[in-house]
Amino acid sequence: MDVKIAPREAYGRALVELGRENEDIVVLDADVAKASMTVLFKEAFPDRFFDLGIAESDIMATGAGFAVAGKIPFVNAYANFLLGNGWEQLRLSICYAGQNVKVVGHNIGASSAKDGPTHLPLEDIALARVIPGLTVLEPADAIEMKKAVRAVAAHAGPVYMRVGRMPTPLVTREDDPFVLGRANILRPGRDVTIVACGCMAAKALSAAAELAARGLEAEVVNLHTIKPLDEETLLASARKTRAVVTAEEHSTRAGMGSAVAEFLAGRCPVPVRMVGSRDIFGICASYEDIQEFFGMTAAKIVEEAEKACSMRDI
Amino acid sequence: MPDKEQALAAAARTAKNMRRAIIRMTHLAQGGHPGGCLSATDLLAALYEGFMRVDPRDPRRSDRDFFFLSKGHAAPALYAVLMEKGFLNPWEITDFRAKTGRLPAYPSCELTPGVDIASGSLGQGLSVANGAALAARLNGTDQRAYVMLGDGELHEGQVWEAMMTAAHFRLANVCAIVDYNKLQLDGPVDEVKTLGDLRGKWDRFGWHVLEINGHDLSAIYDAFAAARDWQEGPSVLIAHTVKGKGISFMEDEVGWHAAAPSDEEYAAAMKELS
Repeated sequence: MDVKIAPREAYGRALVELGRENEDIVVLDADVAKASMTVLFKEAFPDRFFDLGIAESDIMATGAGFAVAGKIPFVNAYANFLLGNGWEQLRLSICYAGQNVKVVGHNIGASSAKDGPTHLPLEDIALARVIPGLTVLEPADAIEMKKAVRAVAAHAGPVYMRVGRMPTPLVTREDDPFVLGRANILRPGRDVTIVACGCMAAKALSAAAELAARGLEAEVVNLHTIKPLDEETLLASARKTRAVVTAEEHSTRAGMGSAVAEFLAGRCPVPVRMVGSRDIFGICASYEDIQEFFGMTAAKIVEEAEKACSMRDI
Repeated sequence: MPDKEQALAAAARTAKNMRRAIIRMTHLAQGGHPGGCLSATDLLAALYEGFMRVDPRDPRRSDRDFFFLSKGHAAPALYAVLMEKGFLNPWEITDFRAKTGRLPAYPSCELTPGVDIASGSLGQGLSVANGAALAARLNGTDQRAYVMLGDGELHEGQVWEAMMTAAHFRLANVCAIVDYNKLQLDGPVDEVKTLGDLRGKWDRFGWHVLEINGHDLSAIYDAFAAARDWQEGPSVLIAHTVKGKGISFMEDEVGWHAAAPSDEEYAAAMKELS
């Protein structure tokens, strides 16, 4: 966990690799190619890169048009602007129309830090996961991102993927399997389940180490695919531990944690405590300070895990 | 492709059959938007009889031309022309807005052969056309992407984003059609929110503008031909049309934007179309 790499760098490089192998891959960006790292694809394949300017509604539906004509478009912009301005286009022209478009949200969660509340996407998972037929994912680190890009391209159908901006500890290995819709257990445990996605997976592992020191063995689940949910893995873990914590760089309203809670409420109703932003906008601050502000920390995961265990024991 | 004379003869027949199918569909379903279907009918008839390279035996053929109905509420007009061209069976008119069948209230590309995109939320079709046109250019094909927009639809900001995109990429294989019937759900477009100098706006956005009478089949044919031959960038047909065209009591009546003919109105309309 000492090495940190930004998932977006892995994303940009993986797109170039993919572009080399498959000439149907095209990349669309909304004037953020340097932030999204699609600039690498632009340099390698200028003919297959399209900057549509600051027009997220337009870029979303243009992606649908590429797919109608048989291409595999990756549509990139900042997550909140893309899902916010482009939501109705994502719903109708991409998902209802069944188009094979890969929508990629950048600068997610707290990563825009000092840019403040206007630039902190904390709602995009919620906006994506209510749309039928849309696969939603957020890889945990740079290694997983590389595999995810391939899996997303190979999947026939619309996808929304969150790409982390900040350097993030490596929590997966090159030889770990990656299958869309199948969660990976990063650490087995019997006392409490921590379900995490994206950069929160590394924090979940830190929290698990702290919990172990306090006598609780946490099972850490890397839920890289938020939809469709890996119900089998979640159910098995919840049945074993009877206490669950979720951790995401997103609002706890209608995000990944809510998806887990919705499922478990009907199948295995155990306490589910959620780590993520509450029903509140952000602030302008350093990345660390905003994560602290929202409680997106290992310490908060530890606190919530202990709460979940005490609720189970009542 | 047929020559102009053949195309116009076919388009006249097709337009008449389309109008009958539109009235029958909206009457049977007791719903839909007949006014905006009838204003679009001659444009669609001329396009499909004179220019669209499509194959009903293989609706997703990779070399096809694309047509996107951005004003999705005119779905019966699209279904009617697809029936004429053999993509749909004539007896399917009973399925418009029905629980089963292939003709939902608004177009679905997953349900209906010959339909390339879902629509119904206004403003999205021109962007879709641009995407298909860019893909065709990348593939080095001569495929064209046609898209029909309503006039009220031009209130949607995305249309103007997409106008800039088509002009920026000089998409000569994009042809937009504005069904300019001057009426929308709440009343005259000029009263709801005026489009102002519409020709000037498209022109200033970098488009090749062809302003025509959208019920003059010969003029429509010539405009599509001029659009096809224009290599500098995208073309738009600003087609002046009459809402409800072809049925005397529906013409230019805002109430027929979204209303179904009664049995009496159906009989009267079919008599006019006989």
